[in-house]
Amino acid sequence: MDDKYETIIGLEVHAQLDTESKIFCSCSTEFGSEPNTNTCPVCLGLPGTLPVLNKKAVDYLIITGLALNCEIASYSKFDRKNYFYPDLPKAYQISQFDLPLAKNGYIKVETEEGIHRIGITRIHLEEDAGKLIHEGSIDQSSGSLVDYNRTGVPLAEIVSEPDIRTPEQAREYLNYLKKTLEYLKVSDCNMEEGSLRCDANISLRLHGNKKFGTKVELKNMNSFKAIEKALAYEQKRQRKMLENDKKIVQETRTWDESKSKTISMRGKEEANDYRYFPEPDLVPLEIDERWKKDIEDRLPELPAVKRKRFIDEYNLPEYDADVITDSRDLADFFEDSVSEYKDAKVVSNWIMGEFLRLINEEKMAIEDTKITGQLLAKMLKMIDQDVISSKIAKTVFEEIFYTGKDPEEIVKEKGLKQISDQDELESLVEKIIDENPSVIEDIKNGKDKAVGYLVGQVMKETKGKANPQMVNKMFKEKIK
Amino acid sequence: MINEEEVRYIADLASLKLSKKEVEMFSKQLSDIVDYVEKLDELDTKDIVPTAYTIPVKNVFREDKVKGSLSLEKVLKNAPEKQADQFRVPKIIEED
Repeated sequence: MDDKYETIIGLEVHAQLDTESKIFCSCSTEFGSEPNTNTCPVCLGLPGTLPVLNKKAVDYLIITGLALNCEIASYSKFDRKNYFYPDLPKAYQISQFDLPLAKNGYIKVETEEGIHRIGITRIHLEEDAGKLIHEGSIDQSSGSLVDYNRTGVPLAEIVSEPDIRTPEQAREYLNYLKKTLEYLKVSDCNMEEGSLRCDANISLRLHGNKKFGTKVELKNMNSFKAIEKALAYEQKRQRKMLENDKKIVQETRTWDESKSKTISMRGKEEANDYRYFPEPDLVPLEIDERWKKDIEDRLPELPAVKRKRFIDEYNLPEYDADVITDSRDLADFFEDSVSEYKDAKVVSNWIMGEFLRLINEEKMAIEDTKITGQLLAKMLKMIDQDVISSKIAKTVFEEIFYTGKDPEEIVKEKGLKQISDQDELESLVEKIIDENPSVIEDIKNGKDKAVGYLVGQVMKETKGKANPQMVNKMFKEKIK
Repeated sequence: MINEEEVRYIADLASLKLSKKEVEMFSKQLSDIVDYVEKLDELDTKDIVPTAYTIPVKNVFREDKVKGSLSLEKVLKNAPEKQADQFRVPKIIEED
C-alpha cells in the first residue's frame, strides 16, 4: 500500500486442543459447564498435587507440527512460566521454553499479490488459564470473579516468523491455520468460544532497512475480520507517526471494535521476567521415529492438496473446489456421493445449493446432519431415471437431510413419484388446453414462451409430480 | 555477586516485601550460594548435554479419559471470598 515503509507482522495463535480431558488432570474440558464444576486439586493448584501429561495432547501437537512442515523434537520438556494473576491458580503456567515440541515450519498462502511463504518459528504445548469476569469494566470494577473450568485445557501456541507483510496475508495465514487444524480434527477453532485466539505484533521500517522498527502488540481481536482491520488501522497509525517524525512506543494496544481503532492498554511492563525453569513435576519427552511415523501415517490429505485434486480428478471449477474443501466434513460428503454418482458437477451443485442452504438456515454442523453421500447419490439417480422430477427432488432432499431416510421410501410414503404415464399426462394436458384458450391463441401467434406457463399449470395441478419434459413435448405437439 | 538492587528486583517479582535488613542478609546469602555453585564452572562441560532432570524416567502419560471433578462445595471451601459459585478476587490493579 505504500512504497516508503515495509510492514512487518508476526502472529501468535493459541488453539485449544480438542481433548476430552485436561492436559494434566482428568477434569472435563467441556465448554459452557457451570462455573468451577470441572476442577480438581490438580488444576486448582492445591499444594501437594502432581500433574500427569495427557498423551492425546502430545499426539495432537505432533500432528499439527507435521501438517505445518515443522521439525518434531526428539527430546522435549516442560517449563514453568512464573507470573501472578488471579486466573492462574499455581502462579505459574506449565509451558515450554527452550525445547518446544515442534519448530521451523512454514506454510504458503495465496493473496492477490501471489504466493507468500510464512515461517513458523515454533509450536509448543501449554495449559490454558481460567476465566475472569470483571464487575463492570476492568479499570473501574471493585472485584472480579474467577471460573477455573478452563484452567488446564491443553493449548497449542503457534508462533509465526515476522514474515507477514500485509493484513491480507495475516488473514490468509489464519484461514490456512484454522482450516488445517479443523482438517486434523485437533481443534474446533471456535473463535466465539475462545478455542482459537490470536495476538499480533506489528512494526514498520523503511524499505531496505535490515533492522526492525519498534513493535506494538495487538490484543483482544475476536474475529479474523477484526484482526485484519486492527492491523490495517495500526499500519496507518504507525506510518503517520513516522512521517511526522514521532517515536513509536513499544506497548500493548487493544482493538476497540465499536470505535474501529486500537487503544493503548499500558506501556509494556519493563520487559516481562517470567523466570522460566524446567518443570520438576513432569519428566521429559522423547519422541522416537516410530512414534513420529505412527502419527505421520494418520495425517489426512490437507486442504490445499485436496482442493487441487478435486479440480484435477473431478474437473470441478476452482470456485466449487474452494467451497467444498473449506471443511473436511463437506469434502468427505462430496467424495462419498461422487463414489456412487459419477457426475461430480451435479453433486457439487446440490451440495453448494440445497445442502449449504439448509446448513446455514439451521445453523447446523455438517456432522450433525442425517444425510449421507450414499443417500444423495441414490436420489440423484432417481432423478436421472425419471422417478422424481428435479423439483420434487428438493422436497425429497430436505426430508433426507432431516431424517436420514432412504429416498425411495420417502417417495413411496409421500406419493412423490413422478407421473410419467402417457395417458394420465395427456388427459391433464388436454384439460389445461381447454381451460386456457387465449394462451393457446398466443402460442399459435408465435409466442412460444407461453408454453412454459401451461407446463407450470400442469405442475401445479400435480403438485410438481408431472414429468415436465414429457408435458412440454405434449403441449408442443398438440398446439400446432 | 547478587547485589541489593537485584534482591529487591527478585523480591518484587515474587511479591515479597523485604525490610532493609533482610535485603542485606539475602544479598549476602544469595551471593554465597551463587559463588558456591560457580565452582562448577571449573569443570569442562563442553561435551555434556544440559541436564533438566536428574532421574532417568521419560514419557509418563495418562490416557485421555474424563474422571470426576471435585464437588463445588469442596472447590470453594478454601476461597476467602466467593460469589455465584466463583472465587471472588479483589480489583486487579496493574502495578506501576
